[in-house]
Amino acid sequence: MIGIFDDPRIATGAVSKDAPLLQVEHLTMRFGGLLAINDVSFSAAKREITAIIGPNGAGKTTVFNCLTGFYKPTTGRLTLNREGTLFYLERMEDFRISQEAHVARTFQNIRLFPAMSVLENLVVAQHNALMRASAFTFAGLFGLKRYRTAERDAVERARYWLERINLVDRADWNAGNLPYGDQRRLEIARAMCTDPVLLCLDEPAAGLNPRESLELNELLRFIRDEHGIGVLLIEHDMSVVMEISDHVIVLDYGRKIADGAPEAVRSDPTVIKAYLGEEEDEELPPEIAADLEKKTGGEA
Amino acid sequence: MAAGNVRTAEGALDLPAILKDCLMSALVVFALAAPIIGLRTIDTPGGLGIDYRFDDVALAVLAGFVGRLLVNIYWAYGGRRRPPAKVDAIKGDSFASFMKKVGLYGGPVAILFAVAMPAMPFADRYVLDVAILVLTYIMLGWGLNIVVGLAGLLDLGYVAFYAVGAYSYALIATYFGWSFWVCLPLAGVFACFFGIILGFPVLRLRGDYLAIVTLGFGEIIRVVLLNWYEFTGGPNGVSGIPRPSFFGLNFARIAPEGEQTFHQFFGLEFSSVHRIIFLYYLILALALITNFVTLRLRKLPIGRAWEALREDEIACRSLGINPTNTKLTAFAIGAMFGGFAGSFFATRQGFISPESFTFIESAVILAIVVLGGMGSQIGVVIAAIFLIGGTEVFRELEQYRMLAFGGAMVLIMVWKPRGLLAHREPTLKLPPTAKAEAKPLAGAGGAA
Ligand SMILES: Nc1ncnc2c1ncn2[C@@H]1O[C@H](COP(=O)(O)OP(=O)(O)OP(=O)(O)O)[C@@H](O)[C@H]1O
Ligand SMILES: [Mg+2]
Repeated sequence: MIGIFDDPRIATGAVSKDAPLLQVEHLTMRFGGLLAINDVSFSAAKREITAIIGPNGAGKTTVFNCLTGFYKPTTGRLTLNREGTLFYLERMEDFRISQEAHVARTFQNIRLFPAMSVLENLVVAQHNALMRASAFTFAGLFGLKRYRTAERDAVERARYWLERINLVDRADWNAGNLPYGDQRRLEIARAMCTDPVLLCLDEPAAGLNPRESLELNELLRFIRDEHGIGVLLIEHDMSVVMEISDHVIVLDYGRKIADGAPEAVRSDPTVIKAYLGEEEDEELPPEIAADLEKKTGGEA
Repeated sequence: MAAGNVRTAEGALDLPAILKDCLMSALVVFALAAPIIGLRTIDTPGGLGIDYRFDDVALAVLAGFVGRLLVNIYWAYGGRRRPPAKVDAIKGDSFASFMKKVGLYGGPVAILFAVAMPAMPFADRYVLDVAILVLTYIMLGWGLNIVVGLAGLLDLGYVAFYAVGAYSYALIATYFGWSFWVCLPLAGVFACFFGIILGFPVLRLRGDYLAIVTLGFGEIIRVVLLNWYEFTGGPNGVSGIPRPSFFGLNFARIAPEGEQTFHQFFGLEFSSVHRIIFLYYLILALALITNFVTLRLRKLPIGRAWEALREDEIACRSLGINPTNTKLTAFAIGAMFGGFAGSFFATRQGFISPESFTFIESAVILAIVVLGGMGSQIGVVIAAIFLIGGTEVFRELEQYRMLAFGGAMVLIMVWKPRGLLAHREPTLKLPPTAKAEAKPLAGAGGAA
């Protein structure tokens, strides 16, 4: 850890103890002429599920890509507080964000390693710990005990998550051959195997049937309550959002238009307008209107 | 050509449609054959003349027509319309399951056979020479397999590392007179070093771009070797490269002053085959080392990270895997084995020149890897025997050899688009629990 205090990406200080897990300040992301995120600030706490919702193209995935280093934000500060150490995510390379700040994510379109087995997917996620244990391959090459123990621990951790997502029986299947719902859950388990403090899930319920969706709610609650980490959740399915999130942030055209408890956000007129469109061009077909009414709890 | 329905709705043969189809084929054959076969330039006293060969064209057209007719008849009478796309042909495919068995049990059998081969009656000098050549390509294939098969980096300039290894050995051995056993690791280190130097800037590129840059690098190395006359001897190459010795015993007929030769030491009759057998075992050992190191690496975190990178680089980044370093290790280790193979090549030939390191070598090595089934070690062996052994054995075919070779490759790729041995065994399996629901997992609790 020598020199860590000199690293401009990392800071430590007394204040940081009370800082929230994630603090996003004035985040702006511009793609040429398109302002995908426009001065968005919010924070996320640990042991909480923070949902980010908004219509298509609102900039939700772009927020995740900035948080995980896939895009460099145009301006803004992203501060992650991991046990009193502050990491400025906007200054870090993508793989270092996972390695050092321990932010994990899943993708809107699943990105597993399809030709590798389910177990291998979970073990690859523990790459950095295993690399250290194998002394960057040398101890592993000669099969030293230290490495063998580390590998066994990695497999046990994988088993722990396989039990949580009911995939123990399929541990040796190719990940690409799993049904869609299993792939979604496997991706979450894989992200958890990196030992994150913040887990970013991009539409984990997309394409799930109602039963799978309920199981997902269980899994997310389990992750929040048992592992005490913060979860950022992008989700279109309002039933999931209202059910499990502690805090909801609403984006529309790259701007934050609401921020608060689920009940408060649900009845916020700006949010309803963003989802329904402007008053003038209403005249919605009756079935869509009915649907919206159901989702927003009839308060629209 | 739309291979139209060969039967009408009632199930009768649709003759006009078939005839039309066949005529179309014949027309295409005519269009192709008329200029290619029909016209031939010949030397006439007045200069270049043209010889017309209409009978040959007619024959080709007829062959096209009849061939298409046969295909149509085959389709009409119960034949499969098209080879079904075998994208995932593991289940229910007897060949695939056979190859899977070969993959599992073929290794030990092949190694035993390879060790015993020089003692077998048919193993004369020619057979051993071909075997050495095949083993060299197997080793190169295994080396490249790390880069292409495991890490998924399309490297079209692998021969550059082979060249670096060969020239390192040749130059060190001729300038300093160091022994083969000192130069061999040095050649590997040099090639590895070149791999890192090249890899650093280019491994940010992906797919086709990487392929083009590595292709260029392979050519650059060759052109440098060709033009740096004072150092590498340019097109004349390096000759008089020392032969390897067997623990200090060389394989000459007459020992130099104060030394013993191999046959004197062991009290054998002098025979030039001794040296060949020694070279055979040398390359066998080198190739097997390559194989075992690769198999071992595959089961280590680094190897799994290579495969993960091949599968999805973005996901790897999100899991904290440093893609540049991981690719670089694959590139460097692959290059190192190429370098070892290169120094073996130099010591076997006793003479090297840039001619030996042209692009076609890279292409052949890559073909071995792809044909064998990317990432499969046994697949490389089978493909190398087929490609290298095959071309050697069929030397009598002369200029048609490359044609047959190309045709065979096309056939295999149509039949097995993912290579002969596409089956992949997981690097680790979930062991059954000793005590289910055991101790709460230390560490799995994450950062609470
Ligand atoms: N790499 C990029 N280059 C240019 N424009 C981009 C890029 N990534 C995103 N955008 C644009 O930014 C806007 C926000 O996209 P984003 O993917 O964040 O939306 P989203 O809220 O995730 O939508 P969805 O609900 O459909 O997933 C869109 O207009 C999109 O076209
Ligand atoms: Mg999105």
